[in-house]
Amino acid sequence: MAATGKYPTRPLKCWNKAKELRQAYYEEYRTARERGALRWAGGAWSFGAVPAGLGRDVYSLTSEPYAASIAWDRKFSQECMEATEKKGYARDLCSYMRNYWGSLILDRYAFGGPFPKPDFIWQDHICCSHSKWYQVVTDMEPEIPFFSVDVSVGPHRELDANRLDYVVGQLHDGIEWLEKVTGRTYDDALLVEAIENECRSTSLWAEVCALNKAVPAPLDEKSMYSLYVFGTLMKHDPRVVELYRELRDEMKERVADGIAAVANERCRVMSDTQPPWAFLDVFRYLEEFGCVSVGSLYTFALIGMWEVKEDGTWGPRTTPIEKGIALTSRDQALRVLAEWNLSKPEWQHFYSPHLKSEMMIRIAREWKVDGVMLHYNRGCEGLTIGIAENRLALIEAGLPVMTFEGNMGDEREFDRGRTQARIDTFMETLGLRRIAV
Amino acid sequence: MITAGIDVGAKTIKLVLLEDGRNLAQRIAPAGFDTGSALDQLWAEVLAAAGGIRRDGIACVVATGAGRKEVAGADDLVTEVGAAAKGACFLFPTARTVIDVGAEEGRAVRCGDHGKVEDFAVNEKCAAGAGTFTEAMARALEVGVEELGRMSLRASKTVPMNAQCTVFAESEVVSLLHAKTPKEDISRAVHDAIASRITSMVRKVGFQKDVTLVGGMARNPGFIDSMQRALETEVLVPAEPEFVGALGAALIAAERVNERA
Repeated sequence: MAATGKYPTRPLKCWNKAKELRQAYYEEYRTARERGALRWAGGAWSFGAVPAGLGRDVYSLTSEPYAASIAWDRKFSQECMEATEKKGYARDLCSYMRNYWGSLILDRYAFGGPFPKPDFIWQDHICCSHSKWYQVVTDMEPEIPFFSVDVSVGPHRELDANRLDYVVGQLHDGIEWLEKVTGRTYDDALLVEAIENECRSTSLWAEVCALNKAVPAPLDEKSMYSLYVFGTLMKHDPRVVELYRELRDEMKERVADGIAAVANERCRVMSDTQPPWAFLDVFRYLEEFGCVSVGSLYTFALIGMWEVKEDGTWGPRTTPIEKGIALTSRDQALRVLAEWNLSKPEWQHFYSPHLKSEMMIRIAREWKVDGVMLHYNRGCEGLTIGIAENRLALIEAGLPVMTFEGNMGDEREFDRGRTQARIDTFMETLGLRRIAV
Repeated sequence: MITAGIDVGAKTIKLVLLEDGRNLAQRIAPAGFDTGSALDQLWAEVLAAAGGIRRDGIACVVATGAGRKEVAGADDLVTEVGAAAKGACFLFPTARTVIDVGAEEGRAVRCGDHGKVEDFAVNEKCAAGAGTFTEAMARALEVGVEELGRMSLRASKTVPMNAQCTVFAESEVVSLLHAKTPKEDISRAVHDAIASRITSMVRKVGFQKDVTLVGGMARNPGFIDSMQRALETEVLVPAEPEFVGALGAALIAAERVNERA
C-alpha cells in the first residue's frame, strides 16, 4: 500500500481479471467461426440479450468500444480515417463509425488478423448514425443480413404501454428474423438467463459508481473507463456479473479502509461524454493538481441502471429478480428487457438537454464535485448535442465549468497542449496549484 | 518588498518590477527563438532602470504567458488568464469582464473582486481572433499595423466579412480590394470580425460591466472602436495594455510572499 499522499492507495485487485476478460472477448469473437460458433455485430446499446437465445456459442463485436480501441491506437486510427475519407465519407461524421468502417475497408482487426466479418448485424437506432453505420457496412458487405430496432419512443418518464409495445413488437420480429438468418431454433430459457444477467450487471455497475460518492474516491474515472466497458461489450454475460460483483465488493472494502484512487485528492471534478480516447493521460494530468475525476453521467449511466432511493439520492436500480418477478414467457421477458433499457439515464437526454442537466446537477451534488469539465466532442452528435445548454444549467447551479474541444475517435481534432493549458487555468480558478506527485 | 512578473508571450516578453504595488520599471522585447537570452537582456535593462537593484533582492518572480515554463529561476507560474485578470482589476478595480487579446490568443474572463477568475473562454486553435490576424490583414492591405487601426476610424460604412480564418480572410480582403472597397472600410471590417469573435466569448462567460481591454491589441484604436460597438459599451483601456499580464504576475508574486510569511 502506498501512502505518499494524503490518503493511502493501492491498485485494484480485480484489474488483471478485467484485462484478461476484455482480451478474451475480442479473441473469442475472432476465433468463433473456427469453432462453428456465431458472430454478430451491433452497437453497444443494442439488445444484446436477444441474440443470446440462439445458443451459448454466440459472440458479439460491439462497434463503439471496438472503435474506441482503434482510437487508442493513433497510428491505426489515422489509417482507418484516411481509408474512410478516401471512400468519400465526410470527416464530420461519427468518429467511431469512421474508425469501424476504416477497419473493415482495410480488412484489419485491431486485435490482429483480418477483419472478422459478422454472420449478422443486430443493431438499434439510438441516434442518427446508428442504423446508417451498418447500412454502409451492408453496402460494402451485402451478404451480411441486418436488423435494426427503432427505439425512438421518448423519455422513460413518458413511457406507456403503446410505446413499449412498439419496441417489444420489433424484438419479437427480430427473434423470428434471427431464426431465419441463422437457421437455429430460438431458446427462450437462454433469453431469460441473459436478461437476468444483464439486469444484474448493469445494476451492479451503478452500485460500483454509487460507492464513488465516498471521499476520497476509491476509483478514478480513467480506471472506470477500463471497467465500465464490459457493460458495452457483453452485459448479459455471467462473467461480467461475476466481475462486477467482485469489483463492487472491492469498492466496499476500499471505502471502509479509506483507500483513494488518487492519494493526494483535494479536488473532485466530473466530466461528460466520451473522452478523447487517444489522450487519456489528460486525467493523469489532473492528478498533478490533486484533482480526481470521479466519473460522469457517461461513465455512470451509459450502462449503469439507476433509481431514486427513499432518501432521494441515486442508487442502483432494483432488478426484477430482486423484486421477485419471474420471467415466464418470451413476451414478458422482452417487455422487462425493453423497459429496463429504455430507463437507461444516458438514453433520456436524446430527447431533451434539460433531462441531462438535471442528472448532471444531481451527480455534481451527490458525488460532491468542485467543478465540471465538459468535452465538446465533435465525434459524437448523440451524446454531445445540447452540451452548451448543460453548461449553462451547471453554471446556474453554481458549478465552475471548463470546456474543451476534441474528438473521442479522431485525434486530429484534439490539441493536448491547449487542453492542458486550459486545465491549468481551470485548476487556478478552483484555487489549486500544481503539487509534487 | 520587490517582486517581478514576466510575461512570455507568443511575440514579445514583458518584465515588470513592483515595489509594494508601485511600478519600479518595466521593459518589453521580442521573444525571438532564444527566450533565455532575451530574458537576460530584459533583466539587465529593468534592473538598471530601477536604480541598480540586484536580482537577488527580488523577493519572488512569477512567470506567465505561453512560454512561462521556459523562464529559468521563476518561483511560481500563473496562467495568462489569471495574470491578466489580476493586473486588469488592479488597474481598474470595478472591472468585471477582462478581454485580453495578444498576438496569438484572445481571452474573455469574468472576474470577481480582486481579479478572482470566475469563468473564462479562450479562442480555439486559430489566430483569427488575435493580433497576428491584424498583421496578416495589414500586409494584404499594404499598410502598417498602426495605420490599419487609425484607418479603421475613418471608415464610412460597415462591410461584412464572413471568413473565420486568417487564410480565407486574406482572400476576402483581396476580393474587397478588387471590388474597389476603400481600405478604411476594409480595415473596419477586419476589426469588426475580430471583435465579433471576441464578443461571442465574452457572452459565453457572461458579460458584466465594467469591461477592460488589455493585451497588445488594446493599442489598436480601430479594434477598441469595434469592441465598443460590438458590446455597446465603453471599454476601459490602460495606458500600457501589453504589460498587464506581467503586472498581474508581479502582483501574484507579492501575494505568494505574503502567503509564505
